[in-house]
Amino acid sequence: MADLTKEQLLEMYRQMVLIRRFEERCEELYAQRKIGGVYLHLYNGQEGTGVGSMFALKPSDHVITAYRDHGIGIAKGADVNRLMAEMFGKRTGVSGGKGGSMHLADRSVNFWGGYAIVGGHLPLAAGIALKSKYNDDKEVVLSFIGDGATNNGYFHESLNLSAVWDLPVVWLIENNLYGMGTPVEVSTGQPELHKRAIAYGIKDFGRVDGMDPLAVYAVAKEAVAYAREHGPALIESITYRYKGHGVSDRLYQRREQEMALYKARDPLTVMEDHLKQLDPGVESALAAIDAAARETVEAAIRYAEESPDPTYDDLINHIYA
Amino acid sequence: MADKVLPMREALRNALREEMIRDERVYVMGQEVGAWDGTHKVTRGFLEEFGARRVRDTPISEMVIAGAAVGSAMAGLRPVAEIMTINFAFVGMDAIINHMAKVRYMFNGQFKVPMVLRCATGWGNQATATHSHTPEPIFAHFPGLYVGMPSNARDAKGMLKAAIRDDNPVLFSEVIALYPKPGPVPEDPDFVLPIGKGDIKRPGKDVTIVSFGRGVEWSLDAAAALEKEGVDCEVVDVRWLRPLDTALIFESFKKTNRCVVVEESLPYYSFGSEIAAQIQEHMFDYMDAPVKRVSAMDVPLPYARDIELMALPNVQKVIAAVKEVI
Repeated sequence: MADLTKEQLLEMYRQMVLIRRFEERCEELYAQRKIGGVYLHLYNGQEGTGVGSMFALKPSDHVITAYRDHGIGIAKGADVNRLMAEMFGKRTGVSGGKGGSMHLADRSVNFWGGYAIVGGHLPLAAGIALKSKYNDDKEVVLSFIGDGATNNGYFHESLNLSAVWDLPVVWLIENNLYGMGTPVEVSTGQPELHKRAIAYGIKDFGRVDGMDPLAVYAVAKEAVAYAREHGPALIESITYRYKGHGVSDRLYQRREQEMALYKARDPLTVMEDHLKQLDPGVESALAAIDAAARETVEAAIRYAEESPDPTYDDLINHIYA
Repeated sequence: MADKVLPMREALRNALREEMIRDERVYVMGQEVGAWDGTHKVTRGFLEEFGARRVRDTPISEMVIAGAAVGSAMAGLRPVAEIMTINFAFVGMDAIINHMAKVRYMFNGQFKVPMVLRCATGWGNQATATHSHTPEPIFAHFPGLYVGMPSNARDAKGMLKAAIRDDNPVLFSEVIALYPKPGPVPEDPDFVLPIGKGDIKRPGKDVTIVSFGRGVEWSLDAAAALEKEGVDCEVVDVRWLRPLDTALIFESFKKTNRCVVVEESLPYYSFGSEIAAQIQEHMFDYMDAPVKRVSAMDVPLPYARDIELMALPNVQKVIAAVKEVI
């Protein structure tokens, strides 16, 4: 059970359940039009990758991701009330209601945000890592990368720069098998994405089962330690998103057989199995964690609903420092 | 402290060097900024003086030059990143527009982006279509960025220092043709010209010529020639396309009631268009003539010298435009 205590394992489970309940309610609230916009990228199914990998970080380490960012923000410790308020476009939101679902960030917990241009955050990750190296802070940047982002120029330029500058960054490819609707084998000449690392002179930590948070944690721990001392590392986590690319993605819902295979290895179930193996009497604790997660999310929704809308001052504020 | 006559590249070099001495967080990155001494020699000797930690050669990777500068600025460093020529900034455009300009706003002020993106710019010298852009107005279109372009050595020093000391992202364009031009430059290491403040380069009463960058030189030469014909031109150098010193332009226009805009860039959706719009919106009661625009012709730039020059603005075109509004 890796090197984690039972309390830590339960905390890992708590974060994953909280993410799942948060996302389930977001989907409903979007359908009710309480959450607006044309985008809502849900993290259901990928919790094992986000939570498992971030468990290998120190609080002073940094996290940055793309637009599937709700779960990443929760796992990095951003306030759930304020994350939900951002979904609602309220002024109490983490981004003041100006960022929305795809642009959640909380500087106070070193969550540098979700970014909505595919690959656009990778050079930012390199830049944040450069700060760490420049000041000899020994802080690591964990940068999530969708499989779809591995084929544009940002990926190439950022990974190469991280290698020539020996930047303390872990590039974590969340391979959920599709870039929007296009399968990885259709978009990518070398579908074993971790092999890209070799071409850049980056330490390749291979493929990991992203449905198993403990497997992800184990490899992330090695990669983070490597990045902290030596330079860039790359991990490919094989995972699956249960929902479409966005909530409006109908094509994806038809991949029933494949989805059933992955759902049979749901990261929450996998984690429950780990915990039951450790302690057969853990079931009631798990139920309590789930109940508490549901209540946390309902409280967050109440907080969001009761929060004020942004004002004209918010519209024109923060364009410049 | 006295002034010293220096070419613009040396004025820029001094500004950058002084700011690196002043603030440990300031670092330089870009293609050929280190071992090569900078493509335009603005960072000559920097690698030796400051070392590889603060003078960082990069691969030919404009997306990550701009984007990594943004990330490091968000994290607390103060990068001065160099894009060898502004033509290549198009390759890094997404990082500039979507992140350099917007991360502060998008995340409700959680991040500052104290960075400068230095770009060499300008038409001419048979550099041909892809290497002959002066596209600063495109960047000035976007809220969140500041865009500056000095017209002489003195301004170059004061403006670059202001850009480096400011907490906002600045696109700083340097006209290649002006790099060797000498002028008096204050030696004072705290000589800073405020962002967004234009300058009257020549006072006059008959016509306001609004320009920036290389256009200021054409405007001043035109004004000198027109003086002999009894026309007294006031030359306003805005220095900054954003924030734009409209107060200075309006003040001058109230006096002259006539305006010519001179720019090196293309005519459609241009600096000239913006100034003309601002004047007709805010100064309509003072207008005695339509605003006249002088710019490059609306063509991609060709190689052959004669037709290249035909497409460019020059002193004669400025003189002709002034004569049309008086």
